[in-house]
Amino acid sequence: MQCCVCKEKPATVHLTQIVGDKMQKLDLCEDCAKAKGFNDPTGFAMADQMLGLGASLELESAAAGAELKCPRCGFSQADFKKSGRLGCPECYRTFAEGLSGLLKTMHKGTRHVGKAPEALRQTRDNVDRLKSLQKKLARAIEDENYESAAALRDEIKIMGGSVAKSR
Amino acid sequence: MKDIHTFLCSPAESTQRHGPYDRIVMSSRVRLARNLRDFAFPGWAKKPERVKVLEMVLPAVSALPEMSDSFAEALDNLTALDKQLLVERHLISREHAAKSIGSGLVVNRAETFSVMINEEDHLRMQALRPGFQTRDAWQAIDKLDSALEKKLNFAFDNELGYLTACPTNLGTGIRVSAMLHLPGLVLSEQINPIIQSVNKLGLAVRGLYGEGTEALGNVFQVSNQMTLGESETVIVERLEKVLAQIIEHEENARQTLMEKKPKIVFNHIGRAYGILANAHLISSKETMNQLSFLRLGVDMDLFPGTSRALVDELFLVTQPAHLQKQVSDKLSAEERDLIRADMVRERLKNVSRPVIKPPGGGAN
Repeated sequence: MQCCVCKEKPATVHLTQIVGDKMQKLDLCEDCAKAKGFNDPTGFAMADQMLGLGASLELESAAAGAELKCPRCGFSQADFKKSGRLGCPECYRTFAEGLSGLLKTMHKGTRHVGKAPEALRQTRDNVDRLKSLQKKLARAIEDENYESAAALRDEIKIMGGSVAKSR
Repeated sequence: MKDIHTFLCSPAESTQRHGPYDRIVMSSRVRLARNLRDFAFPGWAKKPERVKVLEMVLPAVSALPEMSDSFAEALDNLTALDKQLLVERHLISREHAAKSIGSGLVVNRAETFSVMINEEDHLRMQALRPGFQTRDAWQAIDKLDSALEKKLNFAFDNELGYLTACPTNLGTGIRVSAMLHLPGLVLSEQINPIIQSVNKLGLAVRGLYGEGTEALGNVFQVSNQMTLGESETVIVERLEKVLAQIIEHEENARQTLMEKKPKIVFNHIGRAYGILANAHLISSKETMNQLSFLRLGVDMDLFPGTSRALVDELFLVTQPAHLQKQVSDKLSAEERDLIRADMVRERLKNVSRPVIKPPGGGAN
């Protein structure tokens, strides 16, 4: 068996980790294991160390499947697999499905929190508020609190109009 | 056209810039990755498209008040030596130095802002500060970004945030980093466990020139890796906390070394002084590694009257491009080693041998 990192030397260090219902295996040669800090099995959390390797697996699955091409810039999934970079901003929509798994392994979350361009900030806040109102509405209905549900529904109606307009 | 070498202040002046905790934190920086909505990313865009982006972005950046006294140029107008000089000053990345037509740079004279155009993203803007000032750097670059978004149409998605060429930068597009001088942790062999625990917190530890470079001169860069799902402030604050801890560990390591193994410390510092003050041929790598111990010696008051700025200046001027800039002829590597050694000997002429005090008032 070959080392899964350098793909040159034979793998002599084998690691298996089960998270939830997913099993991940790593087969490394001695040098790569040392370089990744796997020589001390108690001193690391494998998930953290594997961030890079797990990501490369996800990269593979993100690039697999049909030969999808971005309609805006012509960038294909094969190009993504080769470079790990995307072609244009629109690519994020084109390849959204394959990317979502990859983003999960790379980042803290899959939804942006933080700065937004001023012009979009208000829309974004409104969308957030709308979502929270809808949640409250669902809860009010569940609790059979129809009075506040009616009030929430009216508020959502007004909000929804303004969000749609500013989009 | 301005010459970048005469535009930037001299290395001697640049090392006079001070900041909090600069004994250990050499500099702080925050960079933001931004892209224009209607153009392909630089790695995929054809040359005319890249040139068009450059022609839009370069004047927009140069017109910012922060950039009133700035050097703005297309990279194809810079020589390889100029670009290397900028890398050595940490104003552009090594990746950017490899670019030419369709890429550009805007940097202000104070070296507090640098904007790379068409590196991996259309814009990589960074705020740089001496010492431990990550929060300051964030506020400064946040302001620059807000001013720029009024002129340029940035690619932004409500779910995914700022869209970047590489998904690893998606969301905030932020990288907060600090350059740390950690000889105490290296000498006490604590650096590897520290690196591993810092990694576990989702932070990266790299060498002197960023990604894929070795830690020359015991200098390490610590930065965040995740950019999506957390706000900029949360990312900055987490890095600040970790940096404060590393500073504390480094201080403790130095103290413990002096208590338990003073001879090891004096040996490294004494040898470093001996080599630097007497060598006639020295590579840039060895110079950096020895200067690190000289710097440690200055921090420990073993060289009374010598300032850290002298060491920091040598750190800069002995690097290949800076060295080459001081002579007119094109130097071979061996000629550089010779001139470097001459220069270091000359600069250390008035620095006397390390003064070794009996450790702990003679207790050891």
